[in-house]
Amino acid sequence: MDGTWQPRYHEDQPERIPGPELRDYLGLPINDAARQFADSWDPGRITLPEEQCRVHVSPYIYRGPTNLRIWEEKHPKTQDVQAIKHYHSTFEQTRTIYMDGRPHPGPNAAHTWMGFSTGRWDGDMLIIETTHLKQGWVRRNGLPMSDRAKMTEYWVRNGDLLTQIVFLFDPVYLTEPLVKSQEFVRSPRELPAQTWLWVCDPVVEIATREEGVVPAYLPGEHPFAEEFGRRWGIPEVAVRGGAETQYPEFQEVVKQAPKPAPLPPPSRGAARVTGPGQQQQQQGR
Amino acid sequence: MRMDTRLNSRAWRGAMVAAAIATGAALAVAGRAVAQQQNFDNVEIDTVKVRDNVYMLVGAGGNTTVMIGEEGILVVDTQFAPLSTKILAAIRALSQAPIRYVVNTHLHGDHIGGNEAIAKAGRTRAGGNVVGDLGAAATSQANVIAHENVLSRLSAPPAAGQQQVAFALWPTETFIGRKREFLFNNEAVQIIHQPKAHTDGDSVVFLRKSDVVATGDLFTTVMYPFIDVANGGSMTGEIDALNAILDITVPSNVNEGGTMVIPGHGRLSDEQDVIEYRDMATIVRDRIKEYVKRGMTLDQVKAKKPTLDFDPRYGTDTGFWTTSMFIETIYKEMVAMNPPAPAPASRGKKPNQTQKGSGE
Repeated sequence: MDGTWQPRYHEDQPERIPGPELRDYLGLPINDAARQFADSWDPGRITLPEEQCRVHVSPYIYRGPTNLRIWEEKHPKTQDVQAIKHYHSTFEQTRTIYMDGRPHPGPNAAHTWMGFSTGRWDGDMLIIETTHLKQGWVRRNGLPMSDRAKMTEYWVRNGDLLTQIVFLFDPVYLTEPLVKSQEFVRSPRELPAQTWLWVCDPVVEIATREEGVVPAYLPGEHPFAEEFGRRWGIPEVAVRGGAETQYPEFQEVVKQAPKPAPLPPPSRGAARVTGPGQQQQQQGR
Repeated sequence: MRMDTRLNSRAWRGAMVAAAIATGAALAVAGRAVAQQQNFDNVEIDTVKVRDNVYMLVGAGGNTTVMIGEEGILVVDTQFAPLSTKILAAIRALSQAPIRYVVNTHLHGDHIGGNEAIAKAGRTRAGGNVVGDLGAAATSQANVIAHENVLSRLSAPPAAGQQQVAFALWPTETFIGRKREFLFNNEAVQIIHQPKAHTDGDSVVFLRKSDVVATGDLFTTVMYPFIDVANGGSMTGEIDALNAILDITVPSNVNEGGTMVIPGHGRLSDEQDVIEYRDMATIVRDRIKEYVKRGMTLDQVKAKKPTLDFDPRYGTDTGFWTTSMFIETIYKEMVAMNPPAPAPASRGKKPNQTQKGSGE
């Protein structure tokens, strides 16, 4: 698997490139706690200086735009593979997957964005187990992944195509394992050095904000709560996600559920959504 | 670092932490007898390396920080008295240098219970008139440093039916004002008071050269902030303290590492972990503050489930500090801070809210 790899985004493209819409929880096995977390989430939180350089955790980082370099580290005397390294251009993250059979750290060790990973080969398939993750995103529209999550990955290479299948287990915010896959294509040449860099220097972006403010919406009072469902005509029962929305039979539920009223076409200079909360939102900004 | 199957049981660890804090809080007012009721026989001390010269010892009480150098050893928090032998053994496995200082982050028994044994295992540097006046007593144990409010509360006459905290557990040296700082092992040690937070005697201990902060129970990774109102704590002060910790911490690699944070309970952390905790505390406080402004009763606020998104991570329905008690404590504080104003006085006044909602 050594070499430079670049993701292909045909799978879940709207989430991975333009980014997920607010309150799009489709197909995710989340619980009510996760819903409330995301319903309250204000993207303004990442304008706080201390949150501007927030990194995507390893269960999520492979979904985004990134250049991925993979190499092996071998013992100089035995040439045994001690670790497989992944370097992500996005966030400049280096991930170590230990292949030397070492145990995972104890429960009091620090957690990191990439977590602690150990790997083993099952034939031509690399299986990786990851623990000790920091809190991150299940989907970057505010759906959280807790620091108690664990991940199992299956990596398979077919020629110049590399497939990653992820099982994410989160006892805090998921009711079932979340299964995702990503694909990467081998880059035929090395990339320019600067394409591997990601420099983040946090600054104060909102000069008038009082110290100590953490932007958030009150539960149930998000001003854009209906926007996603109404824009695409998706019933609320599907928008809210949940384990059942992962499975094919849920299509029948969607067909029978009432569709929301479509959004009115935006008029010149008007807010896109009018409804509870919008006036307060505009006053508050 | 050690992999311990028993410690890996999250339920077991959660129960132990809850018991430790509960016992610790009780010990602050009820004496060491409470700690004696808990069985520490099976507790093992997990030594976690933080820096080359700084370690976190995890047992059954609050986490202990150990800083080692040429001049000796500084210990932050001492867990429960019955664990002292094990704590000392863990320290001695790291260094045979003399223990010079013990610092207490606050008054709870799971953080001061071992003061007597661990301080007596050390020695204070003293000379001249001090030794002349006090004799061997001047150097016979390590200094035990805490904010003045810790000593004031430990030495206060106990409430009816409760025992006085033993004199041997009291700090031997206190400070007033914002901070106490000194150089030890060629390292700036700053003990910074955080008023009216977890209690009214909290301090964070910043080891500046090592770039490590020991927070006491101002920050934990295991539960909602325990606001000990009876000992002068407040949610507002707690959030201020968390922000003060963030003022100290600087991450190294895009919000990871850099200043390491030793929590009062739970795993080794860094700035990002404190950010998540601060965000949770602020969001919950702001929700309840807004509901209070709207004139809601406590039952109405609880019905709004203001902690739902954080409950699977920090909440509990049992033990000494339930989610319900956390909500109620914040509610009472917000009511006291923002008593419902008569209608005419509030007319036309723009609400000062940090969380956006539909308003009335």
